[in-house]
Amino acid sequence: MADRNVCIVGAGMDRWGVREASIVDMAQEAAKDCFDDVPALKKEDIDGLLFASSYCGRSAFQVNAAPVVAERIGIQPTSICTRVDTLCAGGSSGIIMATGLIKAGLADVVMVAGGEKLYTPQRWETYYSEMASIDHDWDGAQGMGLPPPFFSMTAQDHMKRYGTTKEQLSAVSVKNRRNGANNPKAQFQKAVTIEEVINARAVVPPLGLFDCTPITDGCAAVILVSEDKAKELTDRPLVYVRGTAQASLHSMSMNWPGEDLSDWVHLRTAAKKAFERARVSPEDVDVAQTHDCFTISEIIEMEDLGFCKKGEGGAFVESGQSDFGGKVPVNTDGGLLSCGHPFGATGIRQAMEIFFQLQGRAINQAKDAKIGLTHNLSGLNVEHTILIYGREP
Amino acid sequence: MGFENFGTVSFTAEAKVADFITQLEAGKVMATRCRKCGGSYFPPKVDCPKCLSSDVEWFEVKSQGKLTSYTVVNYGPSGFENDAPYILALAKFDDGIQILARLSRGITEKDIKIGMNLTVHPVKLADNRIAYEFIKG
Repeated sequence: MADRNVCIVGAGMDRWGVREASIVDMAQEAAKDCFDDVPALKKEDIDGLLFASSYCGRSAFQVNAAPVVAERIGIQPTSICTRVDTLCAGGSSGIIMATGLIKAGLADVVMVAGGEKLYTPQRWETYYSEMASIDHDWDGAQGMGLPPPFFSMTAQDHMKRYGTTKEQLSAVSVKNRRNGANNPKAQFQKAVTIEEVINARAVVPPLGLFDCTPITDGCAAVILVSEDKAKELTDRPLVYVRGTAQASLHSMSMNWPGEDLSDWVHLRTAAKKAFERARVSPEDVDVAQTHDCFTISEIIEMEDLGFCKKGEGGAFVESGQSDFGGKVPVNTDGGLLSCGHPFGATGIRQAMEIFFQLQGRAINQAKDAKIGLTHNLSGLNVEHTILIYGREP
Repeated sequence: MGFENFGTVSFTAEAKVADFITQLEAGKVMATRCRKCGGSYFPPKVDCPKCLSSDVEWFEVKSQGKLTSYTVVNYGPSGFENDAPYILALAKFDDGIQILARLSRGITEKDIKIGMNLTVHPVKLADNRIAYEFIKG
């Protein structure tokens, strides 16, 4: 049997932010929003559920969450029902795995959902839990909380090496917060000025309040199916998963693989493979959602994804090349800086935005978008995950 | 004796590299080198990640490292609130290893230069705890 092409046919999410709701409550809201997006789908047809969540066992006190979520959203998977953990890239990992299962004929209709309940009644517990995602034995014992100090060091390195400025960092935040201002699901729906970003209180210099993604509760869900099934379910343009890659090169500690902190060699490795598999190049990408956990991240991602030359990410963003009308609009729904970052849900939220963009129904629509890209970095920059979507298989 | 008293907060008491703590108490910061493939490791590893051999030797990190980046932590994670502000720095050493550690309290941000020489030493903390830190030169 030849490989089957795989499409997204529906997507949804709950309102993200500080929620008085459990992780399962939020998963149900996201799934309902997703089902409403594809009315022809019968819940009985769903034979797979992948639930991406890293902290559910700790901050939501729920391990083996997938069957609990399946019960709450009224589905009874028969092909696969399991949890996925890749921290910040969990949702994207779920989509890669669902694509493989459907291609291979091991599943037909798979929901990839994910999310986190990160706010706990005791704030210290939220911050203590963060340590679970780094090399806590060594870096953690020094007081290396995840992740602002690490990205501060990265920003310092990029500024020193390439002359990147605080204004250029701030330009990322201004763009993404403006894009999120009309996103009704985003944690922050308020634009900020460049002065507000520059003058905001420092978190870890040079990163200030608006340079950092917040802590977020939230969930998201998408439905993946074979091309034939997609044609039965929707009259909208089909959106195909064209190419994927996930590259991991080093441990959670500071054993850095690159020449310097600004050299994200594992991102370039993932990008090369994803572009090859999708049979496109960086110039072909019409719209992208890249992992703006910090403003410096988006700048380095522009470089190592191949949208601009190494060292020119700051100027690329500042001159509007990553905005509407530029070379490639980036984080069109507000990104992590506006939407927030409930780890397991983020890759799914990015896929949802690309899905809407390629169908021409995004809130902030990029012109004539045919190829879209999502990117996550996860943990203390230990892995990079890329998915490329297209209107053609 | 394991990692019970290591750092301001220790997260794992038991590990196969507990000898590191014994040596730290004796005044030495140690790394490991694989006798089979030559790979050097800090944090130390008694099983080589490259060739998976368990034939490793300990060596003291005596060389001068060069500071590559740093950050001033104003808000410490849970358990570190009373330590902040403190400066975390990253340095590369001759032996092919890289170490993240705090700068000694006497070093202020004004004293820092990218590329400056640092050495790593044990440091006694309050409540009988122990860690390692960078000092100049």
